[in-house]
Amino acid sequence: MTAPTKGSGLKWVGRAIRRLEDPALVTGQGRFTADLPAVHWVRFVRSSIAAGKLGKIEAPKGTVVITAADLKGVKKITPMLHKFNYKPVGQPILAETQVRFVGEPIAAVVAATEEDAEDIADLVEVSIDETAPLIDARDALAPGAPPVHADVPGNVILKGEFKTADFDTVWKSAAKVVRMDARSHRQNATPMEARAGHAAYDISTGRVTLTCTTQMPHLMRTAIADVLGMPESDLRVVAPDVGGGFGQKMSLCAEYVVLVWLARKLKSSVAWTEDRRENLIASFHSRDQYLALEGAFDGNAKLLALRADVLANIGAYSCFPTTAGMEPLMAMAEMPGPYDVQQYECLARGVLTNTCTMAAYRGVSRPTITFTLERLMDKAATAFALDPVDIRRRNLIDKFPYTSAIGLVYDEATYKETLEMAVKAINLPAFRARQQAARAKGRHLGIGFATFSERTGYGSPAFAARGMEITPGWETVILTVDPSGFVEARIGASPHGQGLRTTLAQIIADEIGVTPDVIKVVHGDTDRAPYGWGTFASRSLVISGGASLIAAQKVRAKLIKIASHMLEAAPGDILLENGAAKVAGTDRSVTIAKMAREAYTQTHRFKGEIEPGLTETGSYDPPGTFSNACHVAIVEVDIDTGRTTVEKFLVAEDAGKIINPMIADGQVQGGIAQGIGNALLEEIIYDESGGILTANLADYMPPTAHEIPPIELHHLETMSTESITKAKGLGEGGCIGAPAAIVNAINDALSPFGVEIDEIPATPQRIRAALRATGKCA
Amino acid sequence: MKPAAFIRHVPRTLDEAVKILAQVADEDGRVLAGGQSLVPIMAFRLARPAHLVDINEVDGLDRIASDGMMLRIGARVRHAAFHKAVVDNPLGKLLAHVVRHIAHYPIRVRGTFCGSLAHADPASEWCLVAATLDATMVAQSIRGERPIAARDFFDGIMSTALAGDELLAEVRLPLLAGDAKFGFNEFSRRAGDFAMASSLVTYRVVDGKIAEARVGVGGAEASPRRIAQAEAALNGQPPRDKVFRAAAEAAATAIEPLEDHQTTGEYRRDLVRAVVRRALEHSSV
Repeated sequence: MTAPTKGSGLKWVGRAIRRLEDPALVTGQGRFTADLPAVHWVRFVRSSIAAGKLGKIEAPKGTVVITAADLKGVKKITPMLHKFNYKPVGQPILAETQVRFVGEPIAAVVAATEEDAEDIADLVEVSIDETAPLIDARDALAPGAPPVHADVPGNVILKGEFKTADFDTVWKSAAKVVRMDARSHRQNATPMEARAGHAAYDISTGRVTLTCTTQMPHLMRTAIADVLGMPESDLRVVAPDVGGGFGQKMSLCAEYVVLVWLARKLKSSVAWTEDRRENLIASFHSRDQYLALEGAFDGNAKLLALRADVLANIGAYSCFPTTAGMEPLMAMAEMPGPYDVQQYECLARGVLTNTCTMAAYRGVSRPTITFTLERLMDKAATAFALDPVDIRRRNLIDKFPYTSAIGLVYDEATYKETLEMAVKAINLPAFRARQQAARAKGRHLGIGFATFSERTGYGSPAFAARGMEITPGWETVILTVDPSGFVEARIGASPHGQGLRTTLAQIIADEIGVTPDVIKVVHGDTDRAPYGWGTFASRSLVISGGASLIAAQKVRAKLIKIASHMLEAAPGDILLENGAAKVAGTDRSVTIAKMAREAYTQTHRFKGEIEPGLTETGSYDPPGTFSNACHVAIVEVDIDTGRTTVEKFLVAEDAGKIINPMIADGQVQGGIAQGIGNALLEEIIYDESGGILTANLADYMPPTAHEIPPIELHHLETMSTESITKAKGLGEGGCIGAPAAIVNAINDALSPFGVEIDEIPATPQRIRAALRATGKCA
Repeated sequence: MKPAAFIRHVPRTLDEAVKILAQVADEDGRVLAGGQSLVPIMAFRLARPAHLVDINEVDGLDRIASDGMMLRIGARVRHAAFHKAVVDNPLGKLLAHVVRHIAHYPIRVRGTFCGSLAHADPASEWCLVAATLDATMVAQSIRGERPIAARDFFDGIMSTALAGDELLAEVRLPLLAGDAKFGFNEFSRRAGDFAMASSLVTYRVVDGKIAEARVGVGGAEASPRRIAQAEAALNGQPPRDKVFRAAAEAAATAIEPLEDHQTTGEYRRDLVRAVVRRALEHSSV
């Protein structure tokens, strides 16, 4: 590691040091769930029918095939919300009497190899009495639509309603009302590593170790122990290297419950590695929404009131732990985004259908609401004959703290500053000139802006506001300087690509005066890490980082106390740096390694004034903070084919203090890549019978490196009082803003033709169909 | 996503290969060359051949040779072999241009020219080349050698005139005239994806007029083919934008477009119009 900061006053925080986790990963030494050997392999027999009554299941003679009938006493997965007219629905671990979506697990084949298991699975005969499926959320709402769950007639699993007191009065006073009807098609988070689980029974203790590719190891343990009715202490959950999650690996998978049940039943090891087809049809989906938004503006294009109708297709079941409320309720809470609007009305509904269950995907609803709101702002700009930048200038929040109509408190941020920064960096007048020149040659360039807030690092009060039975929020870090002088930080967060082993080490290093490379961050093992919620919702650096800072401050205080004893100096004279404590203004010093050794092995010297050992615990449960950004996309639309090429992408972002600029930039770039997929390419398509037409990566199309343009990043750093490290989260912003910016740019490019695209992905087929409909460009 | 069980045969000679293929043809025995199409569809279990005749150890199948009239391409010549011109003729440049559009580099290192033709995906670039240039496919079996003209070879989506016991041992591409011009264009959603429409054109310019025009269209119909109406719109006309547009329109009108859940016939015609025009524009620069 580069020499630290001796005497320079520089700190580790803020430096783009290389990621400590990368040497193993880039040399093929990472260890993933599917690397583990197992005695038994599982293949799931999945429903090929979207809706129907499950009849006989016939397995070939001599094979081991587990069905719901075998899982007596195993509870259903039944997540709970205590608000918003939520109707709890239970998901059987294997389908019992009904099948509710194509891909639903019906039986588990157990065999000696994956190949054998798949061969047998092909021979299992399942009879299903097919009924008419509901695929589209609007069809599921129609009067007389069959219920997906008998106990939820009408299929509305939850309904959130909000309206400010003066809404109607203000609405009537408006000069103009602008409407935006958005359609966001269904997507799959598509982590590089699909799901995988491995459950191994330990004969001597009766414990099971479930290794699985999860973002929430502790909650998996709690949930699986609940469902199986087993002591939680008999289950250890390990998340080894995890190849991306993006929210898809937050939720409890029925498949993992089956693995643990089988390991206990067979007293052996049992593994399942999902293939890409299964991942695309039967892992979790997201973003399947209809959003209708109306904005009432005064004569100066100032937004007075906003009315939203959010209809989220939540699939066949409610995901655990966040529930089906996640998308619609996130949309309801955050629809007004970065704009000052004090009158707000919203109806947000989650609707059951015969499709794969909806769960989290990076951004959770904010890519869709930002898309809807930013399209609305551009439409309003047109209606008022304003530039898209001007209308945003007139409406962005600029006084803090700001309390939104629904009661969210926005901390200090830079909505206007990032907009101006982006406008300047992109050189808007120069672009407009280039656009004009290109149009004269039949080429259609467009520019699109998206300004947005990104709520990050929120603790338990924010989740409690949703009425969640399981209320995540806080994080704990246990920080130990061991007798060798090395530092171990055991964390409840569960990073899977975010670089937390590096960034937390940077925070801790500064506090206790060591280099990051002597700090090992331990995570993803319920036997070793303290209970915690895992990594999701742009929270880990803020919350686990805050807990790390608190624990490190305590360790620092104790080190100073020890040093003061050992060096016989006043605590106020002790400096901690470069791995040692020294007495200011003298050459007396003692290394941290020596202090640590004495903290364990020479405690008698401290005369009972210092507790033995050198371990401290920090917990942090913050209220939450808002990052913000302005995204700008420049695109070219090929009028003949409808293809959109993203020529350039620019971001001006404010995520508070940046702990590691390289990692921060990587997060934003990766998010934008996914946002480009959402905007232009990725779509899960069901046919009318509920079969999936996009079950491989040729038909479901994440962008490749070729589709990612140069991305220019600018940062502002607003020091929030709502985060003790001053860092705000930035894990999701890239994909929150990108679809809006890109589709606004497409619409700018298409403006000479008078067509508008309000649907994502904005595929060439859709763009070309809209153009063809004008009759102007055959 | 594991293939169903199969038996892999590894012949050392072409005779041995066709002998085995004759024995296993009735059990859906298939030839394995680069495996870039066959293996994925086996992984999806869309194909379940009980036998694979692996020709990777057969001597002499990786030869590319020109006799001044024809370019002969052996059964195991990989796509990547065409990254540089394989013959001092416009055909060499044409193949070197087209090959860059086939999937991605690692696939081109493994997949084979003849394998693409035998697989007959409508979107295949090599199938378009074979159809446009009127290639001859040489089928080998224990019954002997059978040359098949391109127009007789393609028989719909992933279907060819090859019998179950026949191995596509060689493809013969006619060399182009020394002054021939060519142009290629394709449309796919992402770089390296299957083309949703593609076009290859070749022609000569004699006294300022287009002659011997060939306009091939791929990806848009069940099989790639030459579009006579588009060729007629070109022959005898000067190579100008207006003429190119007329030929593109003729091609868009002439096709029987493939349709799927995302792609209407109208859209496919839009793409054909665009790719033919762009192939022609490419040819004239």
